[in-house]
Amino acid sequence: MSDKKHWQSFGELNNSEAFQQSAKDEFKEELPFESADDGLLNAKTPRRDFLKYLGFTTAAAAVAASCEVPIKKAIPFANKPEDIVPGVANWYATTYVQDGDAVSILAKVRDGRPIKVEGNDASPITKGGTSARVQASVLDLYDGARLRFPTIGVGNDAKEVTFEAIDKAIAEALPTAGGSTVLLTSTINSPSSLEVINQFKAKYPTLQHVTYDAVSYSGMLLANEASYGKKALPSYRFDNAKTIVSLGADFLATWVSPIEFARQYAKGKKINQKNPEMSKHIHFESVASLTGSNADDRYLHRPSETGAIAAALLSAVNGQAVTTVSGELKANVEKAAKALAEHKGEALVVCGSNDTNVQIVVNAINNAIGANGKTIDWAATNNSRKGIDSEFAALVDAMNAGSVGTLFIVGANPAYSWFEATKFKTGLAKVKVAVSFNSKNDETTQLCKYVIPDHHFLESWGDAEPQTGHYSFIQPTIYPLFKTRQWQDSLLKWSGSATDYVSFLKTYWGTKLGGEAAWNKVLQEGITGAVPEVAVAGAYTANRFDEAIKNIPAVKTGTELQLYQKIAIGAGQGAANPWLQEMPDPVTRATWDNYLVISPVMAKKLLNIDLSVNGQADAYEVKPPKRVVQIKANNQTIELPVLIIPGTHAETVGVAVGYGRDAKVGRATVDENNKPVGVNAFPLAAIANGTVSFDIAGVSLTDTGKTFPVALTQTHNIYNTDQGNRTEVMKELTLAELKHNPTEILDDREEETKPFGGLAKFREDATIYGSYDKPGIKWGMSIDLNSCNGCGACVVACQAENNVAVVGKPEVLRFHDMAWLRIDRYYSGNADNPKVVFQPLMCQHCDNAPCENVCPVAATNHSSEGLNQMTYNRCIGTRYCANNCPYKVRRFNWADYMGADSFPNNQDELSDTVHLMNDELTRMVLNPDVTVRSRGVIEKCSFCVQRLQEGKLKAKKESRPLIDEDVKVACAQACAADCITFGNVNNPNSAISKVRNDNSNRLFYSLEQLHVLPNVSYMAKVRNSEEEHEAAAGGKKAEKEHA
Amino acid sequence: MTHRRIAKTIILSTILLLGLSFISNTASAQDGKALFNANCASCHKIDKELTGPALLGVEDRWGGDRKKLHAWIKNSGSFLKTGDKYANDLFAKYKSSMTSFDGVLDEKQIDAILDYIKNWKPTGPVEGGGTTGAKPEESDNSLLFGILTLILAVVALTLLQVNSNLKKLSDDKSGIASPEPVAFWKNKSYIAMFVVVLFIIGGYLTTKGAIGLGRNKEYQPKQPIYYSHKVHAGTNQINCLYCHNGAEQGKHANIPSVNICMNCHKAINEYKGEKIVDAEGNEVNGTAQIQELYKYAGFDPKKPNEWDASKATPIQWVKIHNLPDHVYFNHSQHVVAGKQQCQTCHGEITAMGEVKQFADLSMGWCINCHRTTQVQFKENGFYSIYEKFHNELKSGKLDSTKGITVEKIGGTECQKCHY
Repeated sequence: MSDKKHWQSFGELNNSEAFQQSAKDEFKEELPFESADDGLLNAKTPRRDFLKYLGFTTAAAAVAASCEVPIKKAIPFANKPEDIVPGVANWYATTYVQDGDAVSILAKVRDGRPIKVEGNDASPITKGGTSARVQASVLDLYDGARLRFPTIGVGNDAKEVTFEAIDKAIAEALPTAGGSTVLLTSTINSPSSLEVINQFKAKYPTLQHVTYDAVSYSGMLLANEASYGKKALPSYRFDNAKTIVSLGADFLATWVSPIEFARQYAKGKKINQKNPEMSKHIHFESVASLTGSNADDRYLHRPSETGAIAAALLSAVNGQAVTTVSGELKANVEKAAKALAEHKGEALVVCGSNDTNVQIVVNAINNAIGANGKTIDWAATNNSRKGIDSEFAALVDAMNAGSVGTLFIVGANPAYSWFEATKFKTGLAKVKVAVSFNSKNDETTQLCKYVIPDHHFLESWGDAEPQTGHYSFIQPTIYPLFKTRQWQDSLLKWSGSATDYVSFLKTYWGTKLGGEAAWNKVLQEGITGAVPEVAVAGAYTANRFDEAIKNIPAVKTGTELQLYQKIAIGAGQGAANPWLQEMPDPVTRATWDNYLVISPVMAKKLLNIDLSVNGQADAYEVKPPKRVVQIKANNQTIELPVLIIPGTHAETVGVAVGYGRDAKVGRATVDENNKPVGVNAFPLAAIANGTVSFDIAGVSLTDTGKTFPVALTQTHNIYNTDQGNRTEVMKELTLAELKHNPTEILDDREEETKPFGGLAKFREDATIYGSYDKPGIKWGMSIDLNSCNGCGACVVACQAENNVAVVGKPEVLRFHDMAWLRIDRYYSGNADNPKVVFQPLMCQHCDNAPCENVCPVAATNHSSEGLNQMTYNRCIGTRYCANNCPYKVRRFNWADYMGADSFPNNQDELSDTVHLMNDELTRMVLNPDVTVRSRGVIEKCSFCVQRLQEGKLKAKKESRPLIDEDVKVACAQACAADCITFGNVNNPNSAISKVRNDNSNRLFYSLEQLHVLPNVSYMAKVRNSEEEHEAAAGGKKAEKEHA
Repeated sequence: MTHRRIAKTIILSTILLLGLSFISNTASAQDGKALFNANCASCHKIDKELTGPALLGVEDRWGGDRKKLHAWIKNSGSFLKTGDKYANDLFAKYKSSMTSFDGVLDEKQIDAILDYIKNWKPTGPVEGGGTTGAKPEESDNSLLFGILTLILAVVALTLLQVNSNLKKLSDDKSGIASPEPVAFWKNKSYIAMFVVVLFIIGGYLTTKGAIGLGRNKEYQPKQPIYYSHKVHAGTNQINCLYCHNGAEQGKHANIPSVNICMNCHKAINEYKGEKIVDAEGNEVNGTAQIQELYKYAGFDPKKPNEWDASKATPIQWVKIHNLPDHVYFNHSQHVVAGKQQCQTCHGEITAMGEVKQFADLSMGWCINCHRTTQVQFKENGFYSIYEKFHNELKSGKLDSTKGITVEKIGGTECQKCHY
């Protein structure tokens, strides 16, 4: 294990000069210390100036002192609502809804405004898990770019009107529109809304309902229709699978229902120390993805080979000869088939392709390995995506033919995300009555004459049926901020119904559940309807199989391009959200941009960058400007900067969709130069086999010779000294090694602490400082690196809970990112297709903290509960502590990012992104229990001390000892994989004590040998990879022989 | 200015002491009056109709049957079902059922209340006011000391001057050459001494001023309505938590909303109590202040039944206790978990007209209290986890009279209040 080399950057791999230099530097940015040696008199600020300033400040202080007390008002309610106590949060169960995604959540409402959302533990699907996008959704509520009133007119002609006026105008326009009437929506899985649409249909019988998904699952839906007779997506049971083979399905990040899958997947990764077993995940992919990075074995291939691999895998699991692929890939497919065969009935194959034929073959594989009814569940179908590409393509044709008279648009935004957006736009211009209900002035809404903006989901009523038979409810958590109206209300009104949507919903559910009391109960709980315990098989037939296997797309040659979605931005839904834009992508660690992802091999070929050569790796890596490449595909041309990401196929490049959005969607979609953030890659896609394909062959790339800066956070926090370096920050081993020598990690730790008498004596003997007891509570955290998949939900949760500033791209480029919790990415092994480990790293709350000793003003010190406390009002900003922190988790407020200072022009030099987060509307999202930090102070993870204090107070009020449920830190709450455990270590029955005891063999502390005594422990990553075991065993043998 | 402030402090602390002893007396008595004030006073007055009927002569009206009354007070709803005519008439008249006191008051306590009502005499409000009259006969001597110091300093200076003159004379006599005398304002040692003294005094005043920056002890702004805590919490003994109910629930104690004021002031529309005098010595017309409230509430006392609470507008009170943004303070922590009295931090509020800031709310003031105040160490189950301290208390290693202070369990650490 210890001989396994981990690296974060190419410079680290090569131990390049720039890397050595940056590891030495305390701060990565160039500090403004010019002319430091010129002597005081020659300095830019000579003595006289100093005296001037001194005099001024004294005078200013005197003036300030003589000022009158500013009069502050305390204005109580006129009539206090019974359930609101100022200063005490109320929690409402509701549902996050974005297109077809529905996640049960609890919204924390402080004094009438939602400030944080958390997963609803009662949900059988997510069990309290969330994603980065769910966590960030509360910020969208306070987005200044939301439409604030209904309008009539296109573009600059748009005039504000009242609801009555627009209702009247539309009522008058509808009969004259002629042609057909179409309701275009993104996937709707709300049963009551579908009922509303039915009522609307009763009034307009010719109404056609077309569902459009920006990234559709048409291929799967149609394949399932052929194989199972249902045009639907099944539920998956990754928790039942011992072997998982994914053909490019990014199921932990963006595929179908990632939160649910992340939870199920993590179950297979939880290791019982007494009987270490875990699931095996084999991933075939073309462009490095989050799911691929988590795989036990990752194999690379061309995107066009997906079909061939599926066919080969089918042959192999059926015991037939593999003919469609050859060479290394063939061997890999056979390995996967062997692993699947070993666990028949406990195996699962998923595929990210949108090709119907490929998906039919995948259905056949799943049938052959007995997945149907075990790991694939047809008892409750997944309702998150229903759009069929060909139906929408037909609508676009009809619009262009002028046969569509009226178009109602709910949620869909094809003018941005349809690959032939121009054609859609021309078609839309021919539609006489175009009505948009979208809540933002997005690319499609801008072209609609009538706009009636929808509420944000936190202001709405509603329901959702994420899985058939399981319902999640939406209730408003705040009075609508703007003059908006739910689209269901409009449709009901136009159907001639006298009831509004709230009453409609109440009646609908009242009837279904049997009374208002039952309705109130489900509303309070947020959910109703169980998810079936036992998976049920679908009626599989080999229908259309022969045809499908014949029509598997041919393997192409030359460079190929794959479009993919980022976990934060998705298909553009997260693009206007500053939290999501600034969250580093887990795979590339870049913020605020999309880029061309290429392999190291391609870098050498295309740009002549050889990463194994020190100087060239440094030139690429150290400075933010990256080479810009022109990409030509499907007769479209775009230019993007290049990032070299190992784990990408040599002949394949990748581009994320969801970028290059219109400025009207939100300020975060344009950069500091008023240019769009990133480039829209949707136009590069094409329709193939009746479905939109994001795999594009025949791509030509040309180096433009230009450069463009990319805000990459990967190398921001390097730590390498004689006392310890990155390698020891994190530990990893294979399952075989763990089985062979269960105490390997323990031995390793023993070895590291040997100079101080080994682990047993380490704590007491290895320090010149005394040890202090923690008489009551001692907080501790444990993070299971094996179940962490790096998704970043915790990063955004932390940002939302702790008022962590958004600094904007120019500041990230200057290493000024403020995240209290970051997820480090480590590579190991083959430099072209490395293994990846993600490690969430926050303040380790060291009991012997190096930062505390060096603070000249004792602004950071230790509490009797083991917290490393940071006191902002005492901090004078020397940054000695950040310098001395071995984990580099302390953040310095270089500027007044959050508007905490009283001097208004302190923010003048900052980018618009920062200002965006500082208007009165956006500041409503701030957590009033956490200080907004001002310029010039250090900040860092506080273990969510405001929650700890609240939990303790709750226990004190109830006169009982603290229990685990009282204190749940934001990151632990957000995690879908439940990899973070937090609690009182002094209590032997607490979850944290149990986790540490039960996993003593995998437990380690980061950089333990430094004797900083962290209160955060990690559990080593275990990889279920045979090859590595063999290689490691071989290596060890060689080592011994050598010795 | 200074001596007036000192005098005020002395007066105030005397009042506090007297007030405290007064409060503890009433609390320990547990008599009918206290019970009445705690349980009945929010809906009933003795001589006047409020939400419920005036209670004077209640026993006679019920035919002197205390058993009936017990049943009614304990659970009026179930008593109505017995079909008692008087009870049903009462219910029909007031159209709302009385709060059930079953399990809150036992029969003995109800009897105590009834006795108190029976023996009640309309005396007029005198209690509470008594303390204001008892001004302590203390005079301030600092001016005298100052004058004395000055005189002595002048005498000392003169003596020094005389001494040097005499020395010069004797030197002249004995023929020792001595320099020409320097006038004392040109004398370098005098100047140096003067500068040092000035520096010390100036430094002391600057430091003191700087420490006091942003602190507003004694802050007593003018409020939109002259609301007297003395009348409400003092004379009429309304429980603090009736209005400031947030103090037990969360960080804010809460200023009551208009509808809470109107709970009582729907019926109480004139002030008949003792003369109210504000801080400047002007007389305040209590009834006029109630009319002010009605303006905010949109209430017309002539048409009480037509009042629409939803038309009320909030009162913009001036905030007195201002903590900096980086301080987290939670009322419920102190009131519920710490079992602190409101007066500990807010002073003798029952004797204040308009509220005045009692403590300087400085960090030193907080910390000093945390250093000496004991937590509910044995009473509160939360602290059972501090096994070590429990053992040390038992074994006598820790002084049980000092007990476990807030500081001992980490209550003076930074992140208890700053996060």
